[in-house]
Amino acid sequence: MTVRSNLLSTVAALSVMLGAAEAHAQTQTIAPDARSVLSAGLRDAGELAIGMVLEHSVSPPPGFFDPEALFAPPTNEAEAEALMARRQDKPRFGPLALANSDMALSDGRLFVGNFNGFNAYDVTRGGAPELVLSVVCPGGQGDVSVQGNLLFMSVEENRARLDCGTTAAEGEVNAERFRGVRIFDISDLNAPRQIAAVQTCRGSHTHTLVPHPTDDNVLYIYNSGTSSVRKTDELAICTDGQPDVNPETALFSIDVIRVPLDAPEQAAIVNRPRIFADSETGRVAGLWRGGRAGIASQRTAQTNQCHDITVYPEIGLAAGACSGNGILLDISDPENPTRISDIFDPDMAYWHSATFNNEGDKVVFTDEWGGGTSARCRAEDPATWGANMIATIENRTLQGQSFHKLPSVQAASENCVAHNGTIVPVPGRDLMVQAWYQGGVSIMDFTDPARPTEIAWFDRGPIDAERLYVGGSWSAYWFNGRIYSSEIARGLDVLRLVPGEHLSAAEIAAAEAVTALTINPQTQTRITWTDSPDVAGSYLDQLSRSGSIDSRLAAQVGAQIGQWRQGGADPTGSAALSLTLKEASGRATGVAAMRLKALAEIFGRLGS
Amino acid sequence: MYLFAGIVLACLATAPTPTQTPPIFNPGAPGAPSRVILAGEAIELSRTTFVPADVAFMQHMIVHHAQAVEMVELLETRGSHPSVRLLGRRIALSQEAEMDLMRNWLAERGQPPKMPGTNEFNAMDHADHAGHVMASYDFPIMSGMLSPRQMQALAAATGPAFDRLFLEGMIQHHQGALDMVDALLDTPGAAQDPMLSDFTTSVVADQSTEILRMQSLLSEF
Repeated sequence: MTVRSNLLSTVAALSVMLGAAEAHAQTQTIAPDARSVLSAGLRDAGELAIGMVLEHSVSPPPGFFDPEALFAPPTNEAEAEALMARRQDKPRFGPLALANSDMALSDGRLFVGNFNGFNAYDVTRGGAPELVLSVVCPGGQGDVSVQGNLLFMSVEENRARLDCGTTAAEGEVNAERFRGVRIFDISDLNAPRQIAAVQTCRGSHTHTLVPHPTDDNVLYIYNSGTSSVRKTDELAICTDGQPDVNPETALFSIDVIRVPLDAPEQAAIVNRPRIFADSETGRVAGLWRGGRAGIASQRTAQTNQCHDITVYPEIGLAAGACSGNGILLDISDPENPTRISDIFDPDMAYWHSATFNNEGDKVVFTDEWGGGTSARCRAEDPATWGANMIATIENRTLQGQSFHKLPSVQAASENCVAHNGTIVPVPGRDLMVQAWYQGGVSIMDFTDPARPTEIAWFDRGPIDAERLYVGGSWSAYWFNGRIYSSEIARGLDVLRLVPGEHLSAAEIAAAEAVTALTINPQTQTRITWTDSPDVAGSYLDQLSRSGSIDSRLAAQVGAQIGQWRQGGADPTGSAALSLTLKEASGRATGVAAMRLKALAEIFGRLGS
Repeated sequence: MYLFAGIVLACLATAPTPTQTPPIFNPGAPGAPSRVILAGEAIELSRTTFVPADVAFMQHMIVHHAQAVEMVELLETRGSHPSVRLLGRRIALSQEAEMDLMRNWLAERGQPPKMPGTNEFNAMDHADHAGHVMASYDFPIMSGMLSPRQMQALAAATGPAFDRLFLEGMIQHHQGALDMVDALLDTPGAAQDPMLSDFTTSVVADQSTEILRMQSLLSEF
């Protein structure tokens, strides 16, 4: 398990990595488009969308917007003087203190994390999301996930306290400080309670729920902490340092927390696996050979951490975006995840998150170059930096294939870099909706891993034309037929797909028909589609769009789908069509063959 | 007329608020009940203050970052290895953007971008009262920064010799930034501000990753 030498120049490395696909990789620079010049404003910025429409925009709830937070610089002398006068007696408050962050969905309720707590909205009625719960518990980032009556929240900041309290936890050592995963009981929305708080050595930047393969009463949490190690005096299990000096170091691991669901207050860390260890030598810092140079080696330890892990229990794998590497973990024994593959790439500054496609043979890794608070979609920022990397999985081995970055130049006052997203369940295609902070929301088609393209987007202008105020979409997720986007400063947006050149009405309807009771985006589940005219129509539209079906066969399929829509497909005709499609599939290759085969199977079932 | 106006007012006063929102809960410690708070208290809970150490950290880091940008400017004309040049370009873009972020953070809090009596490129005067080593020809003005002698040696080198000095110097430089973050986090009351906290996390993540990359490059030289 060796990491490809990072001595390779980027050009050489890219040609190794991309192989024949290199010629088709995105060009090195990004050009401006219509969304590059949207007007600025906190509440009234210009908006533009292609392939989707903004259905609802919900302002931050009471208590989650600070009128004293500065969002725009003074525009004239009088305003400047007034501002200076107010500054004399109170500090300024940054928008990030009340930033909306990650989301989860359960039982018709959308949970939106916030640096100061979380909110829940009822989204069952199809209208505007209705606020049903507000909880204040400061500590950032407030990433949330939900399982039954339990809500889990990531806490990483030094100021956080066990009691969600008012006085910040100060000093190097403080027994009241809390950094880790909080557990809330949300069974009664009129009386939410904190029931457990699992302290961890590096806090909790993100976490991932992992179901036990057989025991429904056990839930695991993979915790990814990315900040500094706490003092041993504050938390006894924590010691810092390089593993060759301190084998017990809290660095170079993730936390595995076990939650007994019938007694969640007993949740505790049960393992801190060395997932970065060299598989042959056992050396804890196995992924990097950097220490060889001997310079500043005490700090190399800081790098080995995961930022985010996405598990796909049905295929027994997890993909980890782990700072300097992308990794693949075998989670068939969830308490003991083991690394089975890892990749490095010189264009990836900071491996940030991972999303599988539905088949589980591709992973989209994001590169959060600059941490999300900087403008990284400007004309001078290369198209391969701060982008998505599409990797394939063959024989349980990751292989980088291409990069995809938001194909629009964004203003210097807009923080913009690849961020969180989920799969959009259109049968026959690999689509991912994704947040790009103030770059907006974008849908990428990565069906062909060598040629990812954008097919739909929504964007707002910057909060301010001149100065960068952190804002934009933190997460954009497909939840049961709509895209929900948590806007750091502006609240919650709900977007609906609309048919167009790159996405048909049937494809949208097929995606909207897929529902799940609970969705935690970092815990992926396999999507299955019930046979329907829209699912068949999706495959047909894709085959027609790519020119991989002859017009006579397309017309036959279309007619059969039409008849199906009218109330019933004719079984004999369906069976015959299935055979024709099967033959066509045999002659086709790649994704066209897959789509023809899927259509043949649908009509085969209709004909039987 | 007056009566009519009175009825309208009464109706307005008793009409239910069109956007009824649920109460805001502030939980207690694990196992303890939550209490209900008003929106004003919720906002107050989000507010953090900053201490002089935070301000000094940002002011110092601007000076610190400026030197990295200067080093990359030298790299443009003197470096040879494409991987080193590419890495340098990314470092310069990152550090310039972070300098903007730090200047904004200071400006929004009514704080000057520089320590009084200094400028970004000659921070000699404040060096000792800020607790850092007094700059001289052989000593840098603050943690990890290259001394004037080192900068001169860098400017005089070209080709692979430059690349080596650049990588060694930038590793030392980044190491200094990480030390500055450590020192800040060890200061009581410091780094409570969410933006500053987020920034320090980014500095640690980005710069330690870059250190590793530079060490790997260096180990192959």
